[in-house]
Amino acid sequence: MTLVKISHGRRTFIKSSALAGGGMMIGFSWLASCKPTPEQLLTMPKEWFKINGFLKIGENGVVTIMSPNPEIGQNVKTSMPMIVAEELDVDWKYVIVEQAPLDTSIFNRQLAGGSQSIRHGWEGLRMAGATARQMLKEAAAKAWGVPVSEITTEASMIHHKNSGKSAGYGEMASAAANIEVPKEVKLKEISEYKIIGTSRNNVDGQKIVTGKPLFGLDYKKEGMLVAMIVHPPAFGLKLKSFDDATAKAMPGIKDVFKIDVYKEGDETQWCDTISFNELVVVVGSTTWEVMNAKKAITCEWEQIKSKEIEVPFFGKTKKISTPSGLENTDDHLAQMIAASKSSATVVRKDGDPEAAFKKATTILERSYTAPFLAHSTLEPMNFFAHVTAEKAELVGPIQTPEFMEKSASTRLGLPLDKIDIQMTRMGGGFGRRLYGHFLIEAAVISQKMNAPVKLIYTREDDMTTGIYRPAYHATYRAALDENKNLIAFHVKTGGVPESSLSANRFPAGAVDNYLAEEWTVVSNVSVGAFRAPGSNFIAGAEQSFLDELAETMGKDPIDLRLELLEKAKTSPVGKDNDYEAERYAGVLQLIKEKSGWGKDLAGLHRGVAAYFCHNTYVAQIVEIEMKDNAPIIKKVTAAVDCGLVINPVAATNLAEGGIIDGIGHGSYSAITLKDGVPQQNNFNTYRLIRHREAPKEIEVHFVDNKKDPTGLGEPLNPPVIGALANALYKATGKRYYDQPFLVDPKLMG
Amino acid sequence: MATFNLKINGTTKTVDVDPTTPLLWVLRDHLDMVGTKFGCGIASCGACTIHLDDTAMRACVLPISAVGDQKITTIEGLSESGDHPVQKAWLEHDVPQCGYCQAGQIMTAAALLKENANPSDEEIESAMNGNLCRCGTYTRIKAAVKTAAKNM
Repeated sequence: MTLVKISHGRRTFIKSSALAGGGMMIGFSWLASCKPTPEQLLTMPKEWFKINGFLKIGENGVVTIMSPNPEIGQNVKTSMPMIVAEELDVDWKYVIVEQAPLDTSIFNRQLAGGSQSIRHGWEGLRMAGATARQMLKEAAAKAWGVPVSEITTEASMIHHKNSGKSAGYGEMASAAANIEVPKEVKLKEISEYKIIGTSRNNVDGQKIVTGKPLFGLDYKKEGMLVAMIVHPPAFGLKLKSFDDATAKAMPGIKDVFKIDVYKEGDETQWCDTISFNELVVVVGSTTWEVMNAKKAITCEWEQIKSKEIEVPFFGKTKKISTPSGLENTDDHLAQMIAASKSSATVVRKDGDPEAAFKKATTILERSYTAPFLAHSTLEPMNFFAHVTAEKAELVGPIQTPEFMEKSASTRLGLPLDKIDIQMTRMGGGFGRRLYGHFLIEAAVISQKMNAPVKLIYTREDDMTTGIYRPAYHATYRAALDENKNLIAFHVKTGGVPESSLSANRFPAGAVDNYLAEEWTVVSNVSVGAFRAPGSNFIAGAEQSFLDELAETMGKDPIDLRLELLEKAKTSPVGKDNDYEAERYAGVLQLIKEKSGWGKDLAGLHRGVAAYFCHNTYVAQIVEIEMKDNAPIIKKVTAAVDCGLVINPVAATNLAEGGIIDGIGHGSYSAITLKDGVPQQNNFNTYRLIRHREAPKEIEVHFVDNKKDPTGLGEPLNPPVIGALANALYKATGKRYYDQPFLVDPKLMG
Repeated sequence: MATFNLKINGTTKTVDVDPTTPLLWVLRDHLDMVGTKFGCGIASCGACTIHLDDTAMRACVLPISAVGDQKITTIEGLSESGDHPVQKAWLEHDVPQCGYCQAGQIMTAAALLKENANPSDEEIESAMNGNLCRCGTYTRIKAAVKTAAKNM
């Protein structure tokens, strides 16, 4: 048994309180029922007893567990409560899950990003469940006059073996709510788990398949108006003037006006990234009326002036340069190539790479590129706001409620405790909803209209307002001696306007002479985190290069990686290598075994890749068959080390999704610019992967190592692009260096 | 503005709207039926798929004036208690991730199975190709369609 103190981080998050109605109001008739029956579950409890911020128990034994983090499809709304339920020792059948409101006094890190929800929640969620169980046990011990050490629990029941007494959780809930919160609690051993590690279906599944309102766009309130925005058609432009005479006279239209989303001089944060701060807003009664009026507004635009701002960024400051001008994709490519050939910032250097390259007999040098990408969440950006002089009620899909609460407070001039943010289920996030300018826009519009308003982006607005995945470029060089031994490795990478370098990742630590450099190209195109930021490009580039390097060295691509990892394990180079070589090698060994690597499969072409990011190790093999000169992905096999798997069915689903996402963006998607105008603005020109192009089969294997769980939202996505490129090479004899691999972006849009 | 009597999910609803209004927005804004989703507005993503009589249609580009007396079925009316074989198969395979596209996927799949009780893999891919899933649940959707076909 593990003893864990219940104070967690800087907050003491376990609080005990009885809900209105009082903890002592349990009636005798309720006590008669010991174990709640399925029939009882058909009726909700008459009373709830809140044990702590994470859970409340009804008098009939039904338990509500709050899911603290935003749900974007990563299934935390099911898997986080599973962790609480495990330690509470409750029957999952009697659990109801609710989305918790934003409450930083109770919950830590209410954020969806970086694949960290489970990893950071692991300890706190277990303690919340274990604390409540301990309080129930103490309540029972007190009621029965027996020592608490003799009390046991099992599936929502409390037992005292010696006296033969038993009670359901519901019966003790009222008394438990008044028990002093224990200072220490015992956590279960992994071998005792009954819920963690078993597949539990999505708690919102029934609602999703029957079309119940769950998403931000579905939110409605009496008297609510609909708002849409008109924004500049090109990066580098801003509003000069607009004519709203026609629009204002159209049916259902309440008002047309200009807003400044953020106020000049207000302090902003990283999540306040915005492309167009001045917007024309149309407000009306219904969506269709507002959509039509939006088209009837004519605007004059003018070019922006260059500017530089500094924003706080996780304890540091980040400088954001916005140059003037109307930019083009062709120019970006030329600028990136020029930068890749100029001097750059050295981020890590081991040994003497320059000397090693000088004495090399063979140098392999290859460059890789990837375009801007739009997140394209299927639910477009939207938010509900009702701002009055006293308070702001904000409801919708947001990955960063904790941060946006502050931004809203600043912008609206209301104290923090008057900003109420409610999280809805999100129709996808992928990083786009980390940047909550749309929340501020909705709030500013509501404040101006003095009415409840729902702001809706059209797909075109959503796709052409930026916050794209940066455009990237990387050059890799490897030096081999006369015996084809790897003696130096060089990565030089950058992007518009950010680099994707993680200098301390493999193969850093495995090569004596190593150099990692980066550069950037300034741009007025706004960018943001996109599922597995940086990794979503650099992993594919690096893994393609390692494949070509293995070929040049005359080695099997898995063997080369394993040899390098062996060196990193036994005699690592440098200090800050941010991976465990053994776990890295572990997923490669597992995939080798599961896929029967090395066997000749008639008509099938295989590529392999492995990567570590967001605390999880992944190896993948893509199998391609050529049919009528077109590649068909027959199968993808993945080996994943994310520690303990909480919910296997959901983990597998998320892994499959990451694989399809990576293949899709690597193969088909791009945002290109002409004179600052995105050439793709909807799904007829911006290509997302479709049913027919998805792998015919996906097989996911998890390493069973019982380590603390890490995340799965991002790590499957990056390496598969490399595995795909390597399989395409086997299938076609051609190396794929430039994403998207399977379409020409110039022909799109 | 004009008055339309719509046969939706077995009942008749009357709305007074601009005749060009797409069925999607009539459902969502005027009838409070938000199961049918807005994704693209140009019939490219399939999130708004409904049945017009027995045919899968994109509600975002279907003007209300074109509906006439054809029967409209939405996700809310696909089955009385959410137990259509396609819905059950979706739950059995735990298909949804974010879930936003799934109503449209289910409606397309249900229309396919009505027309073709035992579709091949290629026929499933072809029928479902107009429905985007940004989370990448395609392989699970295909498995669920096959399960539903068995149970129809």
